[in-house]
Amino acid sequence: MRGQWRRWKSRIMVGLLVLAAVLAVLPLLLILGTLVVKGAGSINLGFFTRMPVPAGETGGGVAHAIVGTLMIVGTACLIGLPIGIGAGIFAAEWPASRIGVATRFIADVLNGTPSIVVGVFAWTWIVAKQGHFSGLAGSAALAVLMVPMVMRTTEEMIKLVPNSLREAALALGYPRWRTSLQVVVRTCLPGIVTGALLAVARIAGETAPLLFTALGSQYMSSNIQQPMAALPLVVFTYATGPYPEWHRLAWATALVLIIVVLVLSIAARLATRSRFDGPR
Amino acid sequence: MTEGLDSVEVVSPVARLQGAATGDRIFRTLLTLAALAIPTLLGFLVYELWKGSQPAIGKFGFDFLATSTWDPVADKFGALPLIFGTLLSSLIALVIAVPLSVGVAIFLTEFAPGPLRRPVAFVVELLAAIPSVVYGLWGIFFLIPLLRTTLFPFLQNTLGFLPLFSGTIYGNSMLAAGIILAIMIMPYIMSVTREVLATVPGSQREAALALGATRWEAAWTAVVPYARSGIVGAIILGLGRALGETMAVTMLIGNRHEIATSLFAPGYTMAAAIANEFTEASTDMHFAALAYVALVLFAVTVVVNALARLLIWKVSKGRASGGAAL
Repeated sequence: MRGQWRRWKSRIMVGLLVLAAVLAVLPLLLILGTLVVKGAGSINLGFFTRMPVPAGETGGGVAHAIVGTLMIVGTACLIGLPIGIGAGIFAAEWPASRIGVATRFIADVLNGTPSIVVGVFAWTWIVAKQGHFSGLAGSAALAVLMVPMVMRTTEEMIKLVPNSLREAALALGYPRWRTSLQVVVRTCLPGIVTGALLAVARIAGETAPLLFTALGSQYMSSNIQQPMAALPLVVFTYATGPYPEWHRLAWATALVLIIVVLVLSIAARLATRSRFDGPR
Repeated sequence: MTEGLDSVEVVSPVARLQGAATGDRIFRTLLTLAALAIPTLLGFLVYELWKGSQPAIGKFGFDFLATSTWDPVADKFGALPLIFGTLLSSLIALVIAVPLSVGVAIFLTEFAPGPLRRPVAFVVELLAAIPSVVYGLWGIFFLIPLLRTTLFPFLQNTLGFLPLFSGTIYGNSMLAAGIILAIMIMPYIMSVTREVLATVPGSQREAALALGATRWEAAWTAVVPYARSGIVGAIILGLGRALGETMAVTMLIGNRHEIATSLFAPGYTMAAAIANEFTEASTDMHFAALAYVALVLFAVTVVVNALARLLIWKVSKGRASGGAAL
């Protein structure tokens, strides 16, 4: 009797777990499905090449936001990647040093910091001092978010390189810096690039740190010292606005944004997987 | 130019060693500077937030955290509704997300057929890659209309005697924000729980099965308890994400500075208040109050995240980092 019940209980619980798995997979499918249904129809050449039109008119595109996102994210990479990768190499080369341990811990703390807090920081640090909003302040905020992510992935990737490689290079008389850069880092360069791509995918979709730094704009601007539009800001403004035409553009912009983000992160994940996990 | 080993010109060994030492010194200095940039950045961040919130700290002190008036015109600020909203929306998110994501993690490590494991984990982890603002858009135009016609009336009809589920049904509400947060933190909890469960030794499972336990009993009584503090760490990590989540919550919670008993009523969170009011703040005190809110939010997330990391490390001894979801 009792054994019978225990077997049934086991079956019921496993059934519930399957249900949980189905429920967990559902949101992604629903979100992607809705985006494609509502956004795909509005994507055409004009969407990418044209500027926004005044409220109430139809048509118009997000060319200004594409340029803005490219410039803001590009500048963030210029600031964030060298620092993140450098700190990652340091933490992997001298893992037990006091700076290494402290930096690793603080990077984890920064990784969990809400992006809106980083936005406030960039505002008091740059916008308040300069007296105007700028794309550059947005880049600085995104760089702050990027550095700890890049540092941790770089460190993890370098740790995967067998120590014998390093020892072999040192035994041949290579100085430490050449061992590090030409042997160790070169071996895991694809992994480091992947980590950087993941970080780019992450910050390209960030909205909160740009709200009061880059601010957004209706005009094409290539001056990073001025307020700039960005794709996530466009989604936010258009989604919360009152016009159906805006909502249409918000869906299309969100679809473009998510395609960029998903392609980057799927490519990055597949690349690391095949290289370091092997098929399981 | 030094050519290292394949150099043909004759360089005295001493000169080469000296060159190497200089190179090493430059290399180490540059890397140390990069590494030191991170603690410096954190110190600078804390300093700027602290300095920015000084006027508000000086004027309101800790009463700021316990009063509910938010009146920019009269320069009176109290953050209690924001703190309440942040905690309640995160709590709702945990109530929904924890059983689901821990369930999926147990399913994937203990029961799922091999070929199914990675695709399912991959799809759930992809949720972490979707930008917050896209969740917000989807929430406004898909989730909220759906909830308002199905789940919300159902809850009111069946559980309406509880104050939590009574009152007018608004679309933008505490419950809607909690549900979107649940979807957003699921990948973090699932991914770390899966990593932690994977570090449980196979002998735990085998011993339980050998004693005649069913597969569920083996998982629930031998595997899960072994990983318990790591799972708690995963949940707290998810909590940390939920507390600081901004855009989706801002777009769905209704943004009203008040403490309501009903989950169908609009609310506000710390992050949402900063996002909405920072560009519109007109007085210095309003800025300072929002910076104070940011400082409190930062302090809370630091404590929560440090606790989570500690617990995860304890179980997996550094082998699980939650890297897959980052």
